[in-house]
Order: sequence, then structure tokens, then C-alpha cells
Amino acid sequence: MPTVKNATALEKLSSPESLEALRKDIQARSRQTKITVTMCGGTGCCASRAQDVMDALRTEIKKNRLEYDVRVRITGCHGFCEQGPLMIIDPGNVFYCRLKPEHAADIVSRTLAGGEVIEDLLYTDPVTGRKARTESAIPFYRAQDRQLLSLNKLVDPLSIEDYIGAGGYAALAKALSGMSPAAVLEQVKKSGLRGRGGGGYPTAKKWAECAAAPGEEKFVICNADEGDPGAYMDRCLLEGNPHLVLEGMALGALAIGAQHGYIYVRNEYPLAVRHARAAVESARAAGLLGGNILGSEFSFDVDIARGGGAFVCGESTALIASLEGKVGEPRPKDVHTVVQGLWDKPTTLNNVETWANVPSIITNGGAWFASKGTKGSKGTKIFALTGRVKNTGLVEVPMGTSLRTIVFDIGGGAPEGREIKAVQTGGPSGGCLPLSMFDMPVDFDALREAGSMVGSGGIVVMDDKTCMVDVAKYFLTFLRDESCGKCSTCRLGIDRMLEIVTDITEGRGRLEQIDLLMDLAGTVAAASLCGLGKTAPNPVISTLKYFEDEYRAHILEQRCPAGVCRSLIEYSIDAHACTGCGTCARACPHGAISGGKKQPHVLDASLCQKCGICISSCKFGAILVA
Amino acid sequence: MSALTLEPILKGRRSQPHMLIETLLDVQESNGYVSTEDMKIISRELGVPEIEVYRAANFYKALSLKPRGKNVITICAGTACHVRGSNLLASQVHGLLGIGTGETTADGLFTLEQVNCLGACALGPVVVLNGEYHDHVTPAKLKALILKAGGQEKQAPGKKRAPVKTSARKEAAACANGKKRHSSGKALKS
Repeated sequence: MPTVKNATALEKLSSPESLEALRKDIQARSRQTKITVTMCGGTGCCASRAQDVMDALRTEIKKNRLEYDVRVRITGCHGFCEQGPLMIIDPGNVFYCRLKPEHAADIVSRTLAGGEVIEDLLYTDPVTGRKARTESAIPFYRAQDRQLLSLNKLVDPLSIEDYIGAGGYAALAKALSGMSPAAVLEQVKKSGLRGRGGGGYPTAKKWAECAAAPGEEKFVICNADEGDPGAYMDRCLLEGNPHLVLEGMALGALAIGAQHGYIYVRNEYPLAVRHARAAVESARAAGLLGGNILGSEFSFDVDIARGGGAFVCGESTALIASLEGKVGEPRPKDVHTVVQGLWDKPTTLNNVETWANVPSIITNGGAWFASKGTKGSKGTKIFALTGRVKNTGLVEVPMGTSLRTIVFDIGGGAPEGREIKAVQTGGPSGGCLPLSMFDMPVDFDALREAGSMVGSGGIVVMDDKTCMVDVAKYFLTFLRDESCGKCSTCRLGIDRMLEIVTDITEGRGRLEQIDLLMDLAGTVAAASLCGLGKTAPNPVISTLKYFEDEYRAHILEQRCPAGVCRSLIEYSIDAHACTGCGTCARACPHGAISGGKKQPHVLDASLCQKCGICISSCKFGAILVA
Repeated sequence: MSALTLEPILKGRRSQPHMLIETLLDVQESNGYVSTEDMKIISRELGVPEIEVYRAANFYKALSLKPRGKNVITICAGTACHVRGSNLLASQVHGLLGIGTGETTADGLFTLEQVNCLGACALGPVVVLNGEYHDHVTPAKLKALILKAGGQEKQAPGKKRAPVKTSARKEAAACANGKKRHSSGKALKS
């Protein structure tokens, strides 16, 4: 079957039975395909030139006249972005990684035509040096429980047939053939699902409040304005499996009594916007969205709206204002959005991952979902493991998995034998947790107690080359820029906090400023309206709590232990280590390095801007930071 | 843009104030920025007061009120990219082209933008040059990208790039010495 570029159109399905018949038909057809090559076409792999590999592969397949035996399926993100571009070949589940266009000829002639596994293209375990033939043999995947993410590799996001073939829309059909809205709600309640966007509010409670709110017209919204830097699971889900999100929204709408939904997606995710739009169109054509879905009384439709690149629009009331075409400013929540939301109508707003969890809860039952996780946090959660760690990518584990498992067993620890000292979770609203707390189970309640939060699930790993004061400064700068400016405590308070932290990083800090910093943190948290301001001091409070010695080193010794803060460091060149290759001199944008050929180079401190570009270019470790 | 050229964007959105952000985003996408004239037309056609259109255009980061350069360099400043040294990349652009975030070179060739997170965190630092994603970008890699993009616009084929580099460095050194730079972006023109 040739791959389809545009969304596939299906004939309108008029009943749950016709959906089942279509599913059987699709599955029978796919069994006839001899070989399926699944390639990741997510943003990550595309950045690693996956498109060139696909083009080369298609050309080779044509050359070898295999186009009728091989189906090339371009899917969403598989999660192991570090090793991209990725490919899975069925039968055999052979997993190739780090592909280049020049590998295409070999893959087609040896693997597709000859059935041979090419050892060089397999993943090599950096610890044991062993080759892994399939995904399940790779430690990064083995320690995970990929309930949502594993669907990505089965589905071409532009093909509704793929999704139906993989069991898609079965939950909606089940709900429409005999389940009452209350029964759907009951299953979600049993599952113990809590909001994946950051707050961790019980989903069933939110739905029940919205269902009970007075009014005929109600809305559901999918929050895909994933603004947290360091988190990208929502992009991956919406980009890779948009129908899963749509099905979840339809089930929610059924439970609540909503007729219309919106997906509010970040403009910075062009692929997610495109796939979501295509999914809505093909679902409408198939009669899975629109009037009288699957011949039932239930009608529901979805529109896509793009965000304008404002972090605060991840907050529910700001997002709703933006959907109404206004500036994204939050409003007081004395009347909740479940009662008065979009255009003052009852509105349920959930995050992408929350919606994506709903179909399997309806299919398998709430008790199945609740069997995973901890007492207060059920199910699996996707984390974006990034920063200074070997295996970066998306990690789906049951709630309650320890940070140590995530960072060391799945993430493989720090690269280049460095020492991991902390993780930052929850984005700008979260906090930093030191290595000593890595045995803590990761769930909503445990992280909050420790002064951080699950947030949307970003885990940024930091090693001894990361300055924690600089991290606090980074988040304060971020939040100052993203504050909408409505509340003075947020607008001015964050600015003052940033001033103090900047003083500290530039060697002007005084010890008494730490008390003032904590004082300001309390005020900003207490007197700001929305979540952005309320949680803004978290990065400062948590770094002060666990890494006060680093603050003290900056203030008392004028020293940045990690060698990051520019005002407190000096660069020089180690004459013994320098080979005179001249790379640093060519790299320096400020012309601060000079020296003869094969002679030790010299760095002019008066010209040096301490940008660190020379360090990243030197292969001999000859640039010293003091 | 005239009302006529805005027509495909305005179609189906007239008198619907809630379509304001979508409309502005489409204008930004097709034109690279939102002009005063565009805002007046949108205000009239959608039925939104001019001040509200301006306020929205000013508030959302994805919208630009000034024309952008021919080449748009977007550096991801997300946390993951930050701890892997994305700040070096902004320094590199500043060193090479003399522009800071949100600025455009005097010759209109380059605009530097920073975005909070592109969602490709595993591949950081990430840079998008004219819509194309680049992973694990080092200052050296970025320099090569910039020189290539600048060369495509300005240099005759076959012309050597070496003098460009020298000039860029000389100018940068002069800047570091405290001399005021006259025209930013000149580095690539020589």
C-alpha cells in the first residue's frame, strides 16, 4: 500500500457495527502487506534529517521494484529522539537508529529484500557494548510502560484507517452503544485520572462539576499550548496520534453534555497544527465527528485554534480569553471555568495527555487504569527527560517510579562521566531536587511536598557544570518576560527578585539579600492571581533550599562553583595542553585568541567576552576556566 | 497588504471578533509581519476596535510589528537547550552579525529570534533557520549556517568565503575594543 500524503477520506460510518466491519477490513488488508517499514517523522527525527532518509529509502524501494511488497509508514514521535532518525522493520521488529540517507540502499537490498539484519545500524548499549535487535532489548524502552506512546509507532497520524486498524474509536463506539454519560463519568472516576497539565486536579471531579453546571451549551477544550520549556509530550501525542486526542475529547463531551470542542495548540508546533487539522477533517468525513456520530443522538465537533506564543495562555482563563480573540490575561477564578468558561458557558479544559488517557479507560475500564501508579496518582505519566543525560527522550512510566530509575536506568546517567547533581521538574513553576532525593517516588503529592511539582512532566537533568543560581536566574528571566503584567506582585516582584539574583551572579550579592529574596518570594506567591505568579518563586525557593552553598559561594567567595556565571570566571589557555591547532582562534567571535601555527595560543582577557565558544570548540581541553 | 490581498485570510472570518488571533497569525505567516495598515483593515472587517487589535498584536510573541529579515534565525531558549549551552549561540550571532534578540541587521538579511521551547528538547540546542530545524547546534555549526545563508543571498557563486570570516572577526574585535559599530550585519556583505 503506498503511503498517503494527505488525510485519507472514508465513507461516512452510520453505526458502531459499520465501524467494526471497517476495522476488520483494514486489519485483513494490513495482514496482506508483506513488509512494513515504520519511520519516525516527529519533529525530533526531522531535525536529524529523517526526511532525506525517507526520500532515499523510497527511491531505493522503487529501484528494487519492491513498492508493492513494502509499506513505508511515517509515524509520529517514538520518543527516543537522541538516536534519531529511527526505523522499525516488520516482520522481525528490527530496530535501526541514527540512520543516514546513504544507509538506504543497504537497508533495501539486505534487510527488505534479503531478510538480513545489518548489525552496524542496530543500537549499541553504551554500558555493555551489546547490540540490541529490537526496541524491547534497549534499556531505555525496557524500563518503561508505554501505554500511550507505544501507539505512536502503529499509526500514521494522517491516516484515520491506521488509527481504526489499531483499535481506534472503539471506546467511542462502546460508549455510544449503551453507556450513559453518567456511566462514562463513573469509569473516569474509578480510574482516578488526574489532570496531566500541571495542577493534578481529579479529572472526573472537573467533568462532574461541568456536567452539573446549568446551561444547554457547553464546551470542551484541549490545552495543547505546551509552553513549559523542557516538556514536549503533548506535541508528541497530538502530532503522532491526533485521533486519540479527538476520541478522548468526544468521550469527555459525551459525559459532560458538550456539543463543541476546541484544540488550542501552540503555533510553535507547526506539525501538530497540521496533523490535528487533518485529523478533524478525516474524522468529520468518517462520521466520527459532527452530527449524529455513528448514527447516535450524540453530536460533537472540534475546531483548531492556534496560540500566539504566550506562556501565560497555558493558564485556563487566559487560554479561554485567547480563544475568544482577546489578549491572554487570566481572570479571577471565583467562578470556575466549569461553570463560566468560554463565552461564559460551562467549559471543561484538559491537557492533551489527559484527553489521550480517556479512550483506554473506557475500553479497559477505570479499575484497569487505577491498577497502575500510587495511592493518590494513578496510571502512567509521560516525562520528557532532557538536559545533561545520556538517553534523552520521552519516557512513560507508572506514577510513583523513582527519579533514580528515570534518570539512571532509563536515562543512562550523565554523559562524559560527569556527576549528576539535580533535576528540575515542572518547568518554570516547579523546582530543583538534589541527588539525595532521587529515591523519592515521582507522583503529584510527593513532588509537591518536596517543593517542586510534576507540572506537565519535564525533567531536566543538571550536572556539576550547571550553576543553580544561574538556573534560578534563567527561570526568573523567563517568567519576567512571560508575566502578562496584570498583577503588580508578579510584574514587579519577579523583576526585583531577578535583580537580586543577577547581583549575586555578577558578584555584587550581599548575604542579607537572601532573606529579602525569600520575603519577596512569599509576597509574589501569596498575592498573584494566576498559577504563573503563584508558582513563580518555586525555582528560587527550591534552589535556595537545596543549594544554598552555591549562593553563598557566589556571595562570600565571589566564585561560581560550576564555572558558568560570566562575571565570576576568567578564561585562559593551558600552554601544555594546547597543540596550536588554531580551532579556538577561528571560532572566537571576538578575536580574543591568537597564536602561531602549532604554537601554544594566548587568550587576551581584555577582549574575551567569556562566551564559552572556545571551550566548545577545543578538542584537547586546553581552555581553562578559573 | 491591501484589503484585496488580505481577502483569502479574511474570508469566512468577517464580523467574528473571536477570529482575531487566527487572522493575525495568518497575516504574520504570509507577510512576515503585521503592518499598521493590516491592523486597520482587520479592525474594520472583524469588528474589533483598533486599540484591541494593536494590543493583541503587541502581546503575542508570534506576531511581529516590524518587517523581519530575509533569514530568520530562531534559537530555542528552553531549559534543556539552556543547560546545554544555547546562550553561546546568541553570543555567536551577536558576535557575527551584531544583533541581539528581536533585532534585524541593517541590510535586512538576518533577524534573530529566541523562542521559549520548540519541543525538540532531546536534540538541544536547537536552532531553526528559515523554518528548517537543526539539532545539537554548536557555535561553529551556527556560524557555518549563517555564512551559508548569507552567501546564498549576497555572494556570487564561486566567490571564496575566507575574507568574510576575517572581516567578521575584525569587526567583532573592534566592537570588543569599545569602538562603536556603524552598521550591523555588514560583516557578511564584504
